[in-house]
Amino acid sequence: MSSTIEAREKIVTAKKTIGANASWSLWARQTIAILRLELRKNFLTSRALLLYVLAGLPLVMLAVLGVFPPPSSEFQNFGELSIVYAAIYGGLILRTLVFFGCAWVFMNLFRGEVVDRSLHYYFLAPVRREVLVVGKYLSGLLTTILLFSVSTLGSLILLYFWRFPSQSAQYFFSGPGLGQALTYFGITLLACVGYGAVFLIIGLFFRNPIIPALLIYGWEWINFLLPPLLKKLSVIHYLHSLAPVPVSEGPFAVLAEPTPAWISVPSLFVFTLLVLALASLHIRRMEISYAID
Amino acid sequence: MTTAATTHEQMIIFEDVSKFYGEILGVNRVNLSIAHGITSLVGPNGSGKTTLMNLMTGLLRPSRGRISILGTSPDDPEKLFRKVAYCSQFDTFPRGVTGREFIEFYLSVHGYARGEVRDLTQTALERVSMQEAADRSVAGYSKGMRQRIRLAQSIAHNPSVLILDEPLNGLDPMARAEIIRLFRQLADEGLYLILSSHILHEVDMMSDSVVLLHNGYVVAEGDVHGVRDEIEEHPMQILIRCDRPQFLAARLFDHEYTVEARIHDDRQGLFVKTRRADDFYLLFNRLVTENNLQIESIAPADDDLNAVYQYLISSDGGRVR
Repeated sequence: MSSTIEAREKIVTAKKTIGANASWSLWARQTIAILRLELRKNFLTSRALLLYVLAGLPLVMLAVLGVFPPPSSEFQNFGELSIVYAAIYGGLILRTLVFFGCAWVFMNLFRGEVVDRSLHYYFLAPVRREVLVVGKYLSGLLTTILLFSVSTLGSLILLYFWRFPSQSAQYFFSGPGLGQALTYFGITLLACVGYGAVFLIIGLFFRNPIIPALLIYGWEWINFLLPPLLKKLSVIHYLHSLAPVPVSEGPFAVLAEPTPAWISVPSLFVFTLLVLALASLHIRRMEISYAID
Repeated sequence: MTTAATTHEQMIIFEDVSKFYGEILGVNRVNLSIAHGITSLVGPNGSGKTTLMNLMTGLLRPSRGRISILGTSPDDPEKLFRKVAYCSQFDTFPRGVTGREFIEFYLSVHGYARGEVRDLTQTALERVSMQEAADRSVAGYSKGMRQRIRLAQSIAHNPSVLILDEPLNGLDPMARAEIIRLFRQLADEGLYLILSSHILHEVDMMSDSVVLLHNGYVVAEGDVHGVRDEIEEHPMQILIRCDRPQFLAARLFDHEYTVEARIHDDRQGLFVKTRRADDFYLLFNRLVTENNLQIESIAPADDDLNAVYQYLISSDGGRVR
């Protein structure tokens, strides 16, 4: 009995402490708590397997190409490697792996919890729904940035250093290599920010988010065929504008001026903030009725 | 004004609350004032028990009306869940957690410091006797253990209002008794416990008051025996074991409020139906004293929740005054 009383006193003290530290510091602590729980789910549950496969794919592929180099001249010629990497990055890593990786992580932030019937635990906690949106979004962002940065930089290192170690060292430490690597890393980061926002909102608004995700995938793929104005209604257009090594998009591509970095980077962040605000508004009014979902 | 505000902050209040799922009725025109103690929501599947609980906790929004939980709206989760906890019927957990982690994670979302989280978790685990299994994965728990760990998670932050949807489901008889004892203890500590159950016998035993629901409507509320007294059209049934049942039956029939008096098959008792229980008992006491009747036992035959509920929802159902 005395232990119960003692525990109650502790709770009362703790509640007073929380009350005194209300608002920003409390929200920060709650965001970190949500972040920790979500990171654990993103990295350590069976759902993470697909992510590991996606993130590991270019590394495995380039390791295989390192052991069994193709006869084409691009792979044999050190000078051509920047174009080879630009093609691998733009075609495989950015358009497909980062895209689907973000789709998987961000759509599952809320939709996955509805499917697992565990979202109500958050809704029954004394936490602002906006804090929940931010905490979950940040967890998705950290997860995807971490995994796909490893893919981006790992595949770059594999491509260059496996077969041309000394030339590569010079290229990266005395030439333009490091700058390019950092730019690719930045593009991956921005891709996670932009696609993350898109898929977070899709996961909130659609019961079956796969179909809208595939439609967006199609839209992003045909971006090179679109007229300049429509190109701007995509994430990939702004990311391509930042690419350090331009790649030809083929004879049918509609050419458009790349958007300068000072516009494309803030645009992505503004877009993301707007999406987070919309998601917060939606989640404030959201009801939980798993049977219907 | 002050008194009204104080009352408002001491009660759980539903004012003309309705909830529709499209065209399907969840609950309709619910007006309730719930005081502290154990209040049970009783009704069959689809009667609106879970809808009421979900409305109280903001998981659903009312289509009409207003809800106040000790002065706080369910639309304000940040305030509400400092004093309210809801142990829902969803038997699900976040993936890959142990029992202890499950409680700790959500306590940390409250904003408690790490040490406080650890202490509160341990206390909650002890209250539901789950210390030994706390570090095992929830996925390996039995249904009863999952029920108990969800209960521990609900009470860990020491709420003033505890809402429990079918909390005794899946518990073995010993665990049931233990959990009912815990509920009673929490109610005695001044908590508002609102629970739903299909097991009328247990509800009857532990509830201070009941809310009877049918097809989304509140058909009666109050304490079990009070609700029984309120049903005008269903005479109360009383079983009397005595030495001269025929004599007693004849005397009772002299009064208009005795609807029926039937002698028991073994001729050692009689079964009486009366419209006015209070008057009946006064008369009965007088008859026993004046005629020196030997009474072995006297007990209401339908003063339990099950009987009350059956009366209320039967097609010719009772009318509540």
